[in-house]
Amino acid sequence: MLVSLKWLKDYIDFELSAQELADRLTMAGLEVDEIKTIAPKFSGVVVAEILSVTPHPKADKLSLCTVTDGTETYPVVCGAKNIKAGDVVPLAKVGAVIPGGYTIKSTVLRGEKSDGMLCSEAELEVGDDASGIMHLPSGMTRGTPLENALDLGDTVLDVSITPNRSDCLSMIGMAREVAALTGGKIKMPSIDIEESDQDIRSLSSVTIVAADLCPRYSARMIQNVKIGDSPVWMKARLEAAGMRAINNVVDVTNFVMLEMGQPLHAFDFRFLEEGRIVVRKSKDGEEFVSLDEKSHVLPPDTVLICDGKKPVAIGGIMGGLNSEVKEDTQVIFLESAYFNPSSIRRSSRRLAMPTDAAFRFERGIDPEGVIRALDRAAQLMAGLSGGTVCKNYIDEYPKKIPAVQNIPLRLDRIREIIGTAILSEDVIRILNSIDMKVVDKGNGKYLVTPPTSRVDIEREIDLVEEVVRLYGYDRVPVTVPAVSVKEIDVIPRLVLEERVRQLFTGCGYSEIINYSFTRPASVDELLLPPDDERRRFVVIRNPLTEEQSVMRTTLSYGLLETLKKNINNASFNLKIFEIGRIFLKRGDGELPEEKNILAGLLSGKTSENLWGLKVNVDFYDLKGCLENLFYDLKLEKCRYHAEISEPFLHPGQSCNLYVNDAKIGFMGQVHPEVLEKMDIRSNAYLFEINLDVLDKQLNPRIDYREISKFPAVTRDVAFVVPIPMEADKMLEIVLTQQEYLLENVGIFDIYAGKGLDEGTKSLGLRFSYRAPDRTLTDAEINSIHERIVNSTVRLTGAKIRA
Amino acid sequence: MISDILQLEKSALGELAQAKTQEAILAVRTKYLGRKGLLTGLLRNIAHVPVDEKPLFGKRCNEVKELLDVKIEEALKLQAESKKEAILAKEKIDVTLPGRSIPPGRIHPVIQIRREICEIFASFGFSVVEGPEVELDYYNFESLNIPKDHPARDMQDTFYIEDNMVLRTHTSPVQVRIMEKVQPPVRILSPGRVYRPDSDVSHTPMFHQIEGLLVDRGISFADLKGILTAFLKKVFGSDTVLRFRPSFFPFTEPSAEVDIRCVMCKGSGCRVCGQSGWLEILGSGMVDPAVFKNVGYDPEIYSGFAFGLGLERIAMLKYGISDIRLLFENDIRFLKQF
Repeated sequence: MLVSLKWLKDYIDFELSAQELADRLTMAGLEVDEIKTIAPKFSGVVVAEILSVTPHPKADKLSLCTVTDGTETYPVVCGAKNIKAGDVVPLAKVGAVIPGGYTIKSTVLRGEKSDGMLCSEAELEVGDDASGIMHLPSGMTRGTPLENALDLGDTVLDVSITPNRSDCLSMIGMAREVAALTGGKIKMPSIDIEESDQDIRSLSSVTIVAADLCPRYSARMIQNVKIGDSPVWMKARLEAAGMRAINNVVDVTNFVMLEMGQPLHAFDFRFLEEGRIVVRKSKDGEEFVSLDEKSHVLPPDTVLICDGKKPVAIGGIMGGLNSEVKEDTQVIFLESAYFNPSSIRRSSRRLAMPTDAAFRFERGIDPEGVIRALDRAAQLMAGLSGGTVCKNYIDEYPKKIPAVQNIPLRLDRIREIIGTAILSEDVIRILNSIDMKVVDKGNGKYLVTPPTSRVDIEREIDLVEEVVRLYGYDRVPVTVPAVSVKEIDVIPRLVLEERVRQLFTGCGYSEIINYSFTRPASVDELLLPPDDERRRFVVIRNPLTEEQSVMRTTLSYGLLETLKKNINNASFNLKIFEIGRIFLKRGDGELPEEKNILAGLLSGKTSENLWGLKVNVDFYDLKGCLENLFYDLKLEKCRYHAEISEPFLHPGQSCNLYVNDAKIGFMGQVHPEVLEKMDIRSNAYLFEINLDVLDKQLNPRIDYREISKFPAVTRDVAFVVPIPMEADKMLEIVLTQQEYLLENVGIFDIYAGKGLDEGTKSLGLRFSYRAPDRTLTDAEINSIHERIVNSTVRLTGAKIRA
Repeated sequence: MISDILQLEKSALGELAQAKTQEAILAVRTKYLGRKGLLTGLLRNIAHVPVDEKPLFGKRCNEVKELLDVKIEEALKLQAESKKEAILAKEKIDVTLPGRSIPPGRIHPVIQIRREICEIFASFGFSVVEGPEVELDYYNFESLNIPKDHPARDMQDTFYIEDNMVLRTHTSPVQVRIMEKVQPPVRILSPGRVYRPDSDVSHTPMFHQIEGLLVDRGISFADLKGILTAFLKKVFGSDTVLRFRPSFFPFTEPSAEVDIRCVMCKGSGCRVCGQSGWLEILGSGMVDPAVFKNVGYDPEIYSGFAFGLGLERIAMLKYGISDIRLLFENDIRFLKQF
């Protein structure tokens, strides 16, 4: 809401500066976003005195003037008749700019030099008089800039009005609030209509069919109007409020809406067939052209203002092109009505017509202010357009709009909620200052009736808010709540997430946050088959872009997009991870499945270090980090199953991840085809782990095992096996032999190539033997070791490499 | 004969002083003290020494032998030490070359802020709770006193999934879900992603909020001021100036917007605070009785307050980030700075 301070002062006197007023309003809940200054439309115009006027020797209609600004004199050629020596007038000096963008220059008019221009009100747009030069009071100091001398220009506060305060969507509403804050008194515009003998009720009628959507419809008729421009003062008001002036009828409807908060509409009466109004609901598929020349198919149950035959306006939203006021309009049918707020909101949303009128109706206007605004507008319209107001008005009000009265209020309750012992007299004073009627029932109990303009006040708590708002939030003390002792509950998965962050950042991975929405084509680029559950998208009905039109079903795609962006920024070595949700659609009307996922990506070289090792990262770099995580989480039964995992991963370099036989995710190299489709020219390895599943596998128990004091003895053996034989399988076979003195066995070497048969590889295993209670003898170890090696050979068909 | 001893001592010490290597020192030892050494030779010749000189001669010889032994041992030790030093000197490296390590990654700045705020409120006894990001209209709006076709819905543009399903526009629905399940006292904090269709330098269609709720007997607006003042002073420093001003949220009444004195200009007015000298930090208020009724709490018995804040905004203010979208670009050069 743009609030012109000049206009505001029509209704309330105050001594505050614009900044002070803005601060007070802000601290009372009417936040001032900006203080704007409106400069006059001219510059370089000063107060000047005419010293002499003589006829122009060569032109009858012109005269030669000598004019002074108090320091210098100027010759000015002037065409107006209403001037004489001694007159004080506005002088636009050479270099001045007057409305329309004209710059005054030194000229010669028919042989006579002219260094400036004397101006009329209309030329400066400070008034409407164009008949002659504007006369200024003789006491004005010569040379003073005219804008200062006349106090032109304005200051406008841009106030953001919260949806509950519809009463402040008008100048008078704002003035009421200022009055409450300053203790001032409101000056309401006086309404005094001169009516003709012609009775509106003999010329027209109003029938409300849809009383639930339009409980009140009132009208006046103004005859013999002459359409023209509005006076300058009105144009200035409208412009300050951010509206464009149109003509002296339409401007009045806007002016009164801004002044009183009641939207109005003016029909050209000659276009109302049968001369009457019917208010009804729209029919299915009904079409209508609004006065902005746009055609609409009306949603059902839109309130329609019709004449005897056809719709002429969308009630509370916009008038129709078929009945708008034109240059030759003579009779105005003026509407002032109350519409059901939710109905207006529904229709204006569906029609995408967020008009000023709809904005006010949907927030709720003062149902008892309808006639006052009607009269005010009729009076102004007649005054500005030379028309006459018909006798009487129509007021169809079939369904009384309930006004809230006698809301019980308890002083104790106010004190409990605020947390301070506010005094009864303060409560009453505050409520009275905003026109609330308070009946003091004694014992700290009151009955409060708000003014009908405060449609937001219905309950005790609404009154409490008003009291504390005007009492001042800054006067409320700062206390510490006396709360009961309660243990904090912890979500285990969030603890897990924190450990993951610690571990992954320690491994060099940085956390990223991608949007939760993605492009539908993401699943195609990831080569997901038609029946993959990740194609079950949760679709956004009103997305900002196609790229953000569905909720993601995997984090992998976002990681790859992030990789691509970073490569474009020449950051080639990337280690990133994200923790976030994926969304899988269930049935209609059912909330989707949300899963908490950890995902990471590795790309580029192992080190950014300039002089260190520089090799491409591979599968095992990523796996190492996951192993660290599992180690940190004390998860011992982790398996990497090289079954076919994900279509977007390299079939030979990927696997599924299992913990205690539960599948927790996958990892691997990104499929070259996916990289090509996404135009990523780099290697990439990624993983995803379902944190909800992982969390269930955690066992916080730690059992200490005593450290043996006796030495371990190691034996190395190289087994030659077929290439597909997995290291894990080999170790598993060794371990199934359950030799308790075998403390550990691991891979120490892998070799394939020269010296070995085609299709075979050598797996070097290191066996470590130790007894907890003694030093093992060579003989003892040799016999155990031989047994293990022999049975491993038997079970795998491996050969021992010499 | 005694003079021979003196002569020998002098030349031995002189040669020892010249011996710079272990070999040279050992050679001196062999030359004088070895089995065929000069001093040994002198002693062997003691038979030819006159009898009256014999005791003195023997004593002197032994003195010289002991002296040489000590001196040679010292020289050897000294030589060994200087050799070690030479090796160490040779092993000198350039300590200014960069270290070889896995450079640590960083935690996302928004998550760092979330962590900080959760820790502060944990110290006030608030537990972290969670709820769905795709939410029913009922929880996101209606239960929070925002009916359909109500202008308050304008305050939060909304992504719709179905007629009655939205991407949550705030984390407030979680408070309703929790209150439906547990009886007061309630002290919860719900952080998470929220969504609104908006995109410019200060808006992204997804961002993070933290919502807090405290419900108990006798909780007042003064308590709200107390908790939020303590919180903001912890985040922004104990000298932070703040103000509470009236505002409107459908699910709280009275409602308060909390501003802090601009962290950039300290109140004199700048671009960051839009010349006002104040920064809007969080929205808050006393839980509206209508919300309590929706979850079956008696507003005559219980009262409480709720508050919500945007994490990106805090991160931007703390780190001086001017474009919110940078937080979701995931440019590693950006992320490495936090």
